[in-house]
Amino acid sequence: MSIFRRIKNKLTRSQHQQDVNAELQTHIEMRIADAIAAGMSPEEARRDALIRFGNQGVVRERVTEADAGMAWDSLVRDLLYAARQLRRTPAFTFTALVTLILAIGANVVTFSVLNALILKPQEGPASAGLYTVVHQQPGYDNQSYPDYLDYKNKNSTFRDMATYRLQKAGLAVGDSAYSSWYIRASGNYFDMLGVQPAQGRLFHASDEHGPNSAPYIVLSDDFWRSRLGANPAIVGTTVRINKHPYTVIGVAPAGFHGTDVFLWPDFWMPIVDSPDDEGTNFLSNRFMHSLFVLGQLAPGVTPKQAELNLNAIAQEMARQDKADDGLSARLVKPGLMGDSLGGPARAFVSAVMLLSLLVLLAACANLASLFAARTSDRSREVAIRLAIGSSRWHVLRQLLSEAVLVSLIGGALGTIFSTALLRGLSRWQPFPEFPIRVAVTPDAAVYITALVLSVGSGLLWGLVPLRQVWRTDFTQVMKTGSTGATVLRRFAVRDLLLGAQIALCTLLLTASFVALRGMQRSLHAPLGFQPEGTFLAVTDLHMGGHTDKSAPAIQKQMIEDALRIPGVTAAGIIDETPMGTGGSSTPVFRPDTTDFRQSNSVFGAKYFSISPDYLEAAGTHLLSGRAFTWHDDAKAPNVAIVNETFAHEMFGDKQPLGMTFKTADGPPYQIVGVVEDGKYESLTESTWAAMFFPVDQAPDSDTTLVVRSQLPAAELMPQLREALARIDAELPFVFQSWPDGMAFVLFPARVATATLGVMGLFAALLAVTGVFGMTMYSVSKRFKEFGIRVALGAQSLQLMRTALARPVTMLLIGSGVGLILGVVASQLLAQIVYQATPRDPLVFTGVTLTMIALGLLATWLPARRTLRVQPARLLRDE
Amino acid sequence: MARNDLQGSLDLLVLKSLAQLGELHGYGIVLHVQSASDQLLSVEEGSLYPALHRMEMSGWIRSEWKVTETGRKAKYYSLTKSGCKELEKAEKSFEQLVAGIRAILRYA
Repeated sequence: MSIFRRIKNKLTRSQHQQDVNAELQTHIEMRIADAIAAGMSPEEARRDALIRFGNQGVVRERVTEADAGMAWDSLVRDLLYAARQLRRTPAFTFTALVTLILAIGANVVTFSVLNALILKPQEGPASAGLYTVVHQQPGYDNQSYPDYLDYKNKNSTFRDMATYRLQKAGLAVGDSAYSSWYIRASGNYFDMLGVQPAQGRLFHASDEHGPNSAPYIVLSDDFWRSRLGANPAIVGTTVRINKHPYTVIGVAPAGFHGTDVFLWPDFWMPIVDSPDDEGTNFLSNRFMHSLFVLGQLAPGVTPKQAELNLNAIAQEMARQDKADDGLSARLVKPGLMGDSLGGPARAFVSAVMLLSLLVLLAACANLASLFAARTSDRSREVAIRLAIGSSRWHVLRQLLSEAVLVSLIGGALGTIFSTALLRGLSRWQPFPEFPIRVAVTPDAAVYITALVLSVGSGLLWGLVPLRQVWRTDFTQVMKTGSTGATVLRRFAVRDLLLGAQIALCTLLLTASFVALRGMQRSLHAPLGFQPEGTFLAVTDLHMGGHTDKSAPAIQKQMIEDALRIPGVTAAGIIDETPMGTGGSSTPVFRPDTTDFRQSNSVFGAKYFSISPDYLEAAGTHLLSGRAFTWHDDAKAPNVAIVNETFAHEMFGDKQPLGMTFKTADGPPYQIVGVVEDGKYESLTESTWAAMFFPVDQAPDSDTTLVVRSQLPAAELMPQLREALARIDAELPFVFQSWPDGMAFVLFPARVATATLGVMGLFAALLAVTGVFGMTMYSVSKRFKEFGIRVALGAQSLQLMRTALARPVTMLLIGSGVGLILGVVASQLLAQIVYQATPRDPLVFTGVTLTMIALGLLATWLPARRTLRVQPARLLRDE
Repeated sequence: MARNDLQGSLDLLVLKSLAQLGELHGYGIVLHVQSASDQLLSVEEGSLYPALHRMEMSGWIRSEWKVTETGRKAKYYSLTKSGCKELEKAEKSFEQLVAGIRAILRYA
C-alpha cells in the first residue's frame, strides 16, 4: 500500500522536494523545446511556457500538499496528539498501563510455555513427522526392546524408528565425580534426528555389535561447557561410569538435549551398552517395558495409516509371543515423555492460556469502561472538534490511536517483564536431582502474539466510545455543557462491561480457590506412610559397582549403621519410595495359573522390595499379620505383604493371611501381612493394589534408606552422610527429607496452584480497580445532584443508596454469574489438582467473602466522598 | 446518481490517457488530451500535477523516472489495477453526467 510511499515521503522530505521541482522543470523545458521547434524564439518560447504553467510556487505547494494530505504526517500527528492527551490524564494512563502490563505479561508467559510445549515441542532438522509410539491404554507409554525391533523391522510406514531410555549413573572424569542422568539410545538415534556432532563424532547403528559392544559416550554441549570447561581435549579420552571405562567420542551440538522438552541429559550412550551388571538384560526381554520409541513417518504417510500398520504388527506379535498379549499401538506427539505426562500437561497449559485470555478480556472490559468515562468527560472537546469541521471518523481515529498507543506501550513493557521472568525460569532447576529445566525462549511467534494481543486489546477497548462519538450532537453538547448526565441515567453499556468484568474475575477467583483448597487437602490426604520426620538417602548400588545380588548385605549394613546414630528411632530400606519417581507394576495371577498371559491376570499391582523395619520407619500401619524379618531370605519360602486393596480385590471378604498368589512363572508367594492402602505414584491416582517383598528375596540395587528421627535435618544429615561414607566412600547419595523427596510428584499440583493463585490475584486486582474506577467516576459526576439531595434533606443512608446502588447491583449479579461459571469450569481442574471440588462450602464462602471484601474495598472511598458532600460549597462551585 | 462534479473530469482525462497510451509524463498527458480532443480540450497545467500526485497517493497510478527520446529525465505515470477500476467508475459517472445534462438541455 501507499503507506510505504508515505513513509518514504516523510523520511526523504528534501529529496521529495527536489523530485517535484525536477518534474515541473522538465515539463516547462519540454514545452519550450516544442515551441522552439515550432519556430518561436527561445525568449518567446520561455515566456510562453511560463505563462501557460502559471505560478510555479503555487503549483509546487499544491503538489506537496497532495502528497502530504493523507500522508504519514497525519499518523504521526495523531500519535503525538494521543501522547499529549495521555500525559494530561496520568491517572488513567497509569491505571491502563499497569492493567495491560499484568494482563499482556501473563498472556505472553503462558503463550511462551504453550508455544514451547504444544506448538513446537521438537526442534532440530528432522522434527517433521516425528512421533512417540505408546500403547493404546492410557498410562502405558513404554515398549520393550524386542517389541521395538519388531515394530522397526516389520513396518512399512516409517522412514526410521529409534529408541531411548533415561538412566542415572555415577560419572567420573579425572578426579571429579558427578551423579549424571543420561540417555541410552539406539545407534540410529542421532542419524534419525539429523543431529551433527559439534566435536568428534556421534555413534551410529554400525557401532552396535550386541550387548556391551560399544563403550562410547557423547557428551551434551551443556555438560561439556558447564562441568568440563569446554575442553576439546576431552574427546578421545576415557571416563569412568559406575567404575567402568567409557570413551568420549564426541560432543553433541549446542541446544540439542534429546526430544523431551524439559529434560537435559548429561550424555548419551549406545543402548546396547551399559555400565550396570544386569543393564543389558532388557535387550532380550519382551516383558520389560522401559523404552520410549520414536518413529519418523515416511513421506506421504499419515499418522492414522502408520497406527493401523503398527497395530497389525502388534497383533501378529501377540500371536507369536504371549508376552505381547493385548499389545496395541498409538502415536502421540513427542516432547513430554510419552502421553501420561504430556496429556495432562498440555490440557493444563491450554486451560491456563484460556484463563489468561479471560484475564486480558476482563482487563479490556475494565479499560473500556474507564475509556468510555473518559470520552464522555471529553464530550465537550469532541463536540468542539466536530463543530469546527472535523469528521467523526477523524475524532474516532484520534481516540483509537490513544487506546492503541497505551496498549502498545503496555504490551511492550509486559513483554519485557515476561521475557525477564522466562529467562529466570530457564535458569531454574526445580529439582536438583533431576535433569529438568524449563527452558522457554520466546521466539518470533511469541513477539507476534504479544503485538497482536496489544493492538487487538487496544482496538477492543478503544472502540467502545464509538457510539458515543457517533451520536454526539454538538449543538446539544455545546448548549448543556455535558452529555454525561444523560448517559448515566440509563442502564449503560458501561454497567454491562462492569458486570461482565466482575463475572470473569469471580470465575478466576473461584478457580484459584478451588485449586488452593485441593492442594491444601491433598497435602493432608492419607498417603499410607508418614513423610514428616523422616529422611531419605537415595542411591543405586550399581554406581558402586555392586550387583543386585550383593545388594542386601550392603543394605543391611546401612540400616545397622544408621540405627547407631543417636536420635534415630527407626531405619529401613525400600528400593524406590512410593510417591517418588513412580514405582513399577506387574500383573498378579492366582496360584493355580499356568498360562501367564496378561489377560489371565487378576490385576496389575505396584511392587516394592523392603527391609524388615521399613514399615516402622515409613510409618505404614500393619493391619494384620506380621512384618518381614531377616529370616525371610533367599533360602526361606517366598512371602509377601499386600495392601488392603490387593487383599480385597483378590480374595474378597476372605481372610488373606496365608493365601498365595503368583506374579509370573515361578513359585507362589504366601501373604504374611496386610498394610493400609496408600498413594504410590501420584496424589490423583485411584487406589492401586500393592505388594511388598523382602529385600533378600527380591534384591534390587536401587536403594532408599528411610530414617525416622526427631533430630533436625542439619544435625542428622552430616552424621548419616558420615556413616554411609564409611561403607563405600565412592557411592554417591542424594540426601533429603521425605517431604522434599515428594516435591517431584507434587510439582504439577504446586505449579497449578501457584499459576491459578497468580491468576486469582490478577482477577482480584482487576475487580477492585474496575469497581473502584466506575463507582468513583459516577460519584464524581453526580456531586451536584448529591449536593442538591443533601440540601433537600437526604439522609446519609439514602445518599449512599443512590450513589452505590448500581455498582453494588452489578457486583452482586456479576459475582453470582461468575461463581456459577467457576463451579462449571472447576470440573476441569479436578483432573490436575487432587480433590479439587467446587462443591466445597469453604470455597463457596471463601469466594463470597473475598468478593464482599473486594466490593467494600472498592466502594469505600467513593462512599466516603459521597458522604462528605457539602451542598453549599458544591452548588457555589458550579 | 452520478458524481456530478466537473472537477472529476480531469481525473477521467488523465486516467483515460494513461489507459490509451500506457505510460506518459505530465507534459505528454497535456499533449495527448489536446490532440485526441482535436484541440477542443486543454488541460490546465497548474492543476495537472497536484492531481497526478493525489492519484498516485490514492494508488490509482504509479510513477517512474525515465529518460525521454530527447534525453531528458522525466517522471512517467502509468495505471495501477485499482486505477483501472477507478477509470471504469469515472467513465460511467461521466456518461451519466452527460446524459443528465443533455436531458436538461432538451427539456423545453
